[in-house]
Amino acid sequence: MSIFVDGDTRVVYQGLTGAQGRYYGLLNLHYGTKVVAGTNPRKPGTDVDGVPIFATVADAAAATGATASCVFIPAPGVPGAVLEAAEAGMELVVVITEGVPAHDEAFLFNKLRRDHPAVRLLGPNCPGIITPGQCNIGITAGHIAEPGGPVGIVSRSGTLTYQALYELQQQQIGVTTCVGIGGDPVPGTTFVDCLAAFEADPETRAVMMIGEIGGSAEEDAADFIAGHMTKPVVAYVAGVTAPPGKKMGHAGAIVSGGKGTAAAKMEALAAAGARVGQNPTEAGDLMVEIVAAL
Amino acid sequence: MDLFEHQGKELLARYGLPVPSGEVALSPSEAVAAAARLGLPVVVKAQVHTGGRGKAGGVKLAAGLDAVRGHASDILGLDISGHVVRRLWIEQASDIAEEYYASFTLDRSARKHLGMLSVEGGVEIETVAARDSGAVARIHIDPVDGLSPRACRQWVRAARIPEAAAGAVAGVLETLYRAYVDADADLVEVNPLIVTSAGEVVLLDSKITLDGNSTFRHDDYAIYDATQTRDEREQAAHAKGLQYVGLDGSVGVIANGAGLAMSTVDVVNQVGGRPANFLDIGGGANAEVMSNALEVISNDPAVRSILINIFGGITRGEEIANGIIEATGRVDIDSPIVIRLDGTNAAEGRDLLEPHLSDALTVEPTMLDAARRAVELAGAGPGRDLP
Repeated sequence: MSIFVDGDTRVVYQGLTGAQGRYYGLLNLHYGTKVVAGTNPRKPGTDVDGVPIFATVADAAAATGATASCVFIPAPGVPGAVLEAAEAGMELVVVITEGVPAHDEAFLFNKLRRDHPAVRLLGPNCPGIITPGQCNIGITAGHIAEPGGPVGIVSRSGTLTYQALYELQQQQIGVTTCVGIGGDPVPGTTFVDCLAAFEADPETRAVMMIGEIGGSAEEDAADFIAGHMTKPVVAYVAGVTAPPGKKMGHAGAIVSGGKGTAAAKMEALAAAGARVGQNPTEAGDLMVEIVAAL
Repeated sequence: MDLFEHQGKELLARYGLPVPSGEVALSPSEAVAAAARLGLPVVVKAQVHTGGRGKAGGVKLAAGLDAVRGHASDILGLDISGHVVRRLWIEQASDIAEEYYASFTLDRSARKHLGMLSVEGGVEIETVAARDSGAVARIHIDPVDGLSPRACRQWVRAARIPEAAAGAVAGVLETLYRAYVDADADLVEVNPLIVTSAGEVVLLDSKITLDGNSTFRHDDYAIYDATQTRDEREQAAHAKGLQYVGLDGSVGVIANGAGLAMSTVDVVNQVGGRPANFLDIGGGANAEVMSNALEVISNDPAVRSILINIFGGITRGEEIANGIIEATGRVDIDSPIVIRLDGTNAAEGRDLLEPHLSDALTVEPTMLDAARRAVELAGAGPGRDLP
């Protein structure tokens, strides 16, 4: 089992004909992901290494049965691309693109909730999602993820996620699904969404969550863990020593008005019963301990 | 991107919002000339990207031109919370009868825009809210619907704005919201929003932060980018397109990915060191980006050692190692470098580095080991904040 995607997920890539879309789309295809189509309104009827290109997501879905889309469109086109995917009936829309304005993200989130409540948006500015051995949508290096279980991963940071996947692989610990929710202020999918899905997934027996400064998503996750999680959670939060008022690389990673500090987040998570690592290695070690005791 | 008060007011004035007339001055004589054109009395206001100007002596009323000259000389060069005043805004003095507070920002947890309004303006809103949570009227605005005139009037009533000013305040707030959305602002704060004794509503101050991701639809924002407050190091890094934040320690940090870079800064602190910076070079870690990063870091006189922490995902260890080798050859570096290279083909990458290793270039197996080594090499050397 897994969450959100599995070996049957059929994916259309919006922007497959661009440099980034082509590079990662084909890597995903070679990993084994069912990359069934790409879109480009100016190039219908052509193909990218055998993957057929359609003018619209609706055309691609009708011809190939795609139910998920992956967006590699530049930031100005992201709202339009996401709404097109939603209108074409996609159940999951993964937006890798970074640099999407926060107002566009807030608009999209509310628009989807109102008009397309069944659509799950992941990102923007996220590395994507991987169910190891079955489906890899986005920019994660598939070979560093160990298939199987029992660990589910959800993270706001790309490289720290790769680090976690790699460390678990070194210990031969498998991962059910690894979800990168991205580092932007208004992500489509939150920690709580992923924790709830992992809690409901029988093969996931422990969850690693990687947070960072800014916003209150980790505090919301702590509330959910305290109230609803029966499975053990290991947490790590980056940015303990980040200066206030500075954006630390990610648009959403900022301590403002004394709110959103790593210390407060770690405290909330520990109080909710999560095991909190002080650095990525310690978090990895905690997970190894937990898995050994399962 | 933070705007100076005058930039904010000029932006808001484009939407027809009422702001006092004023001019920018970079010297006392420019201030006097501006005051003469505007008409006395004027207010001489420090333009800095930080709050607390009033308390720091950065805002002064002047009734005569000599006073304008005196205040301008005093305020220029003033250090306000680490921000040195380099420009002034000379503004026609307003006749204040009432001071309110108004702002719009994005409430990340609610995923909606948040408007805040209070009759207690002119002081810090956090202080007002802490003393009496009922003193601030909040409204959540769905970005799809926007702020309707009816919701706006209810909000103004909830804030207990006096009847005589309510209509005008509601009108200003509707326009202010439109400006906030149209400008892609992270924050628009007007404190105080005043009512003059003649009953006019005027925006007496403005604090605006714009979303740097929105520049593709705002060609004119380059002008704001050019006036951001950055230290020399941050300016150099910005010019090279690097994600850099200056810190006050002696260990230079380079990592790939924002999360890993933040984490590296944390770990340097945890093992007893002081990072000199946060620097995210992104995914690729090629020689070009690595050279730029090393150049910026080695130009920082406080740096005593450099910690390079790279995790290879799709980019393989060999490519990263070659990038580092090429970059260290290109840039003149005084400080010893410690490398931690992990992930895809890390062993092959470390093999490539092997013949280049010396006291000045070492490799450590883990992030913690590398941080410890870098901190040791930086020694007990002074951080930026010590004399």
